[in-house]
Amino acid sequence: MVSERDVEHIAELADIGIDKEELAEFTGRFNEILDYFDILDQVESGVKREADLYNVFREDVEEPPLPEDEVLANTREKEDGFFRAPRVM
Amino acid sequence: METTSRPLKDEYNAFITTIPRADTGPGRLSGIAIAVKDNISTRGIPTTCGSRILQGYVPPYDAHVVTLLKNQGAGIVGKTNMDEFGMGTTTENSAFGPTKNPQDPSRVPGGSSGGSAAAVAAGMVRVALGTDTGGSIRCPAAFCGIVGHKPTYGRVSRYGLIAYANSLEQIGPMAQSVSDISLLMEVLTGYDPRDSTSVNCPYAHTPNPEIRGLKIGVPEEYFGEGVDPRVASLVWDGITLLERKGAEVITCRIPSMAYALAAYYVTCTSEASSNLARFDGVRYGPAADTKLPWHEAFQQQRRSGFGTEVKRRIMLGTFALSSGYYGKYYAKAQAARQQVRNDFLRLFRTVDVVAGPTMPTVAFRLGEKTDPLSMYLSDILTVPANLAGIPAISVPCGKSEGLPVGLQIMGPHFRDERVIDVAYAFEQGVVR
Repeated sequence: MVSERDVEHIAELADIGIDKEELAEFTGRFNEILDYFDILDQVESGVKREADLYNVFREDVEEPPLPEDEVLANTREKEDGFFRAPRVM
Repeated sequence: METTSRPLKDEYNAFITTIPRADTGPGRLSGIAIAVKDNISTRGIPTTCGSRILQGYVPPYDAHVVTLLKNQGAGIVGKTNMDEFGMGTTTENSAFGPTKNPQDPSRVPGGSSGGSAAAVAAGMVRVALGTDTGGSIRCPAAFCGIVGHKPTYGRVSRYGLIAYANSLEQIGPMAQSVSDISLLMEVLTGYDPRDSTSVNCPYAHTPNPEIRGLKIGVPEEYFGEGVDPRVASLVWDGITLLERKGAEVITCRIPSMAYALAAYYVTCTSEASSNLARFDGVRYGPAADTKLPWHEAFQQQRRSGFGTEVKRRIMLGTFALSSGYYGKYYAKAQAARQQVRNDFLRLFRTVDVVAGPTMPTVAFRLGEKTDPLSMYLSDILTVPANLAGIPAISVPCGKSEGLPVGLQIMGPHFRDERVIDVAYAFEQGVVR
């Protein structure tokens, strides 16, 4: 069982703002779904996994980037060719 | 370059954006009007994923599949409605309002590619692109009475698809006929170095209805608890039709189905929690308040930008990946996923395809399903193909009380040609 406090904490970690009024509903649904996920407790660990997985990388060579004005076209907050973000500190 | 000009009267709310004058050119799809789901990037055409958080976003580049369509002369006439970021089974979770089912406007079209299915079913376009993470092409195809195919994972490039759950999703075709599905597969498949999971396996095939000697596996689990008996009966009639055309029917079991839905929801929410972290209002979407501290600005942005179901899935995924619970949820889900894959690999040693219903019921009434868990449970018959990465098609197989039912055919990895042949044989059998 997760509590309303837990749900608030998870929302904080995920940078999701949820309203106080939504909290009870969210917590109830959350617990229903987690109860259903408990069926995974019955799954045996150590099932044979794929042995043939490998990473795919391209060659580390320069490719033409999108033009700067197109990259910045979807933001209102820009300055000298940079995105302007909220302050970190 | 010619243009196809057709004002779209959108009585089912199938589209988020329409393009009244679409460019067409020479090629295999010359002059064909096509609708594209709104989570597939289109240069110069707004792409929202059905979300307020991307309202006003105009991609600076085309998805690989969009380039391929344009190269073959297709005219993109609009971007279709969808559950926000693909998260839903009804298209009711769209920030732009629900789409209605053209077969019965009091019903949902299914989801999440509900707009694409409705546009095809209503005859507004001949073909459409959808995306399928846990059934999002096949479910709306079944509910709207059209054909929808989820290709083998890796066969169609995901470059330019705005990601929800990368390890599960594929772009695929939706159409009125199996022949059109096959035609689009020829255009959409092939290697793309910009998708690191892309496999060089082009589809060059003409559907062949000859299925004599084909072995069809029918899993008990696909006719178990929760499957409407009227749906089950129509699907059995469909399988019997294939038997009359010379196929052999073999009943079988998929024991890992017991865990498949939980494994699917743990996996997709975990991947979503990571993927959707990029929507912070800095680079696109309604702008974040740069005067606020970082986390406060993002939370404000995401509170108003994301709908309830998207928030729920991001939080479930964040929880499933948190250090204390990773072993209980994510690790177990991956073990269950491997079991699902192993079950299919074992079945395909003795049968050529696996068949069953696409959805356990016909289309729900608009507003009928309100609790998320019962909504999730309706995906039970479609998620196994995504977990295993195998191709799966839904083809119409009659109506129950006036509403369409879909027959689902699944095949081994990279045997999309085979499931399309079986669907074609079925379609021909019904028509004749």
